[in-house]
Amino acid sequence: MIKIKVIDYKAGNAPSVIHAVERLGLTGEYARCGDDLKDATHIILPGVGSAGATMNSLRQMGLIAPLETAVLENKIPFLGICVGMQILFEHSEEEDTRCLGWLKGRVVKFDKSRVRVPQMGWNKVEQLSDFFYFVNSYYAVPQDTDVIWGTARYDVEFAAAVKSGNIYATQFHAEKSGEAGLLLLKNFFEEVIC
Amino acid sequence: MLTKRLIACFDIIDGRVTKAVRFQDNIDVAPAHELAESMYRAQIDELIFYDITASNEQRPIDIKVVASVAEKVFIPFTVGGGIKTLDDMYAALKAGAEKISVDSMAVRNPKIIEQGAKAFGSQCIVLSTQVKRTSEPKFKSGYEVFIDGARVATGLDAVEWLKQGQELGAGEVCLNSIDNDGTLGGYDIELMKLAENAVSIPLIASGGAGEPRHLLELFTQTQSGAAIISSMLYSPRLERNFSVEELKKELSENNINVRI
Repeated sequence: MIKIKVIDYKAGNAPSVIHAVERLGLTGEYARCGDDLKDATHIILPGVGSAGATMNSLRQMGLIAPLETAVLENKIPFLGICVGMQILFEHSEEEDTRCLGWLKGRVVKFDKSRVRVPQMGWNKVEQLSDFFYFVNSYYAVPQDTDVIWGTARYDVEFAAAVKSGNIYATQFHAEKSGEAGLLLLKNFFEEVIC
Repeated sequence: MLTKRLIACFDIIDGRVTKAVRFQDNIDVAPAHELAESMYRAQIDELIFYDITASNEQRPIDIKVVASVAEKVFIPFTVGGGIKTLDDMYAALKAGAEKISVDSMAVRNPKIIEQGAKAFGSQCIVLSTQVKRTSEPKFKSGYEVFIDGARVATGLDAVEWLKQGQELGAGEVCLNSIDNDGTLGGYDIELMKLAENAVSIPLIASGGAGEPRHLLELFTQTQSGAAIISSMLYSPRLERNFSVEELKKELSENNINVRI
């Protein structure tokens, strides 16, 4: 029995993710504390807002240790979205934030003297052969380039999606990327992602 | 590469999309969620909804409409009208909106921009502004900001207001030319060029689109990342409407990068 848990902190856009899950004919539940994650078969960490605020929310909700147990020890399939991807790395330039460090690397800002920041709109992810919706001022620079699942270009070429074992993450908003995004989510739930 | 966005803009009264010319004489078009879904299927890049009577009627935005759209549409959408507090913003985001547009309210209380950006991130806060050409020398940019359905002059210089909005944390600007709105004569290119030099956040041009070449002019002559189109798509007042596909094809054939 599939149990999709979507982490809900007040700044996140968890409701949009739930809508997308429902569109796929599945049900998603909000997770607001560690206990909510216990029976999860899939965990999604959506994100809007800043890396610092997201880390603070996770800490205040007591979610960091339960998430690490579920994802790092029990290998539950996990999908981080937008800031939910960025905080998987060791450090973000945004408010000089120490992040989860599940993946090696850091998060840096686009150069606003060269492009409009935030990046806002549909960008093509070459490896996934489709357009996805991005809203980000910062992007991840993985230390281990093997985890890069897709890249896009905005002034620089950046990691648009990463995967490492059971950990998946997209800088773009899969839940707001039309049919391409819904398909990616469907594949994540069916674990046929590639 | 980031593509140029076509954004359909809906003026909502009682859950239905209406169409006005120069902020007057709204005529009924269709239920909001139906039109939104058909635009989504047609590959529109983004949607904006203005609950245009919320402010006047002193009530918050109609959340039922927001929720009904969010169930059908899996692209970003912005809502505006009647947003006064952080709780109003949160209610709209929770119902499934991606971004909040602030307009008249932000002029009355600029702090709402800062508070919204702090609580939900700059990317959530779209500063929508209605501006009108003026020859009065006190407006250095040549444009003045209007509020309350473009009826009330504020004495604010358009460019100064955009700079202040960016400073306070707005993540995007949607700039509507009152002079061009509903004329179908093209966007105010000069206005968009002023704006792009004033701020570094993304810009949406609004007001005046009537033909595909107006989009081409906007995207080749300015840095605007997005264009509001509404009459062209669905106004029953027009002899001919254009499909999103037609518009994107035209742009693509002229080397404008679009999602196609």
